[in-house]
Amino acid sequence: MAEEFDPGCARPTGGPVGEEVETEKPEPAGNQKEDQTMIMVGQKAPDFTAPAYQKGKFVNIKLSDYLGKWVLLCFYPGDFTFV
Amino acid sequence: MPEFDKLGVQILSMSIDSVFVHKMWDDHELSKMVSGGIPFPMMSDVGGKVGTVYGIYDDQAGVETRGRFIIDPDGVVQGYEVLTPPVGRNVSEAIRQVQAFQLVRETQGAEATPSGWKPGKTTLKPGPDLVGKVWENWKTDMAFD
Repeated sequence: MAEEFDPGCARPTGGPVGEEVETEKPEPAGNQKEDQTMIMVGQKAPDFTAPAYQKGKFVNIKLSDYLGKWVLLCFYPGDFTFV
Repeated sequence: MPEFDKLGVQILSMSIDSVFVHKMWDDHELSKMVSGGIPFPMMSDVGGKVGTVYGIYDDQAGVETRGRFIIDPDGVVQGYEVLTPPVGRNVSEAIRQVQAFQLVRETQGAEATPSGWKPGKTTLKPGPDLVGKVWENWKTDMAFD
């Protein structure tokens, strides 16, 4: 399911996928950031791709690859903290 | 995570740390807590782009808060919980919620789980006959045990 990748020297990163990816607009210095909104229960989970570490390998994960399964998606502040 | 395997739940974790730091954490600490290390993918969200879309990225602190999302097999978010960093989650509650959502899904909504429900306890059958009759089926002390 998840495809392995060779990370090289850069810190790989992913991001949201799908329709709503806005193009980066230059933000005026000072007042960045529109208000952050929470997603709604009962709505589709925003799809994304992200690099991951799993059992000795670096792999690419895509949320929508898990359609058909229940998923528990857990964010946390940082490694070496309690999850 | 055999409890989640049994329920057919895929766990995915994410933080702003790189995959390299995830490896170090797993190698040096987590593998001492969990035999064989962490079995699920530990995803990296450097820059917090995914966390921002999910509404749990704290751009002042530059970290993701403790957001936990239950996503059903159709990719629909059924529930979430978000805590500030100092307080850890209750994993049993996450399991209980998944069990409740699975029951609702299996019964296609014919059954609902009242406050305090856990597997084996009574469910409610929403419909005209239940209106005004919840008190006969469910007592307030059931919320607390």
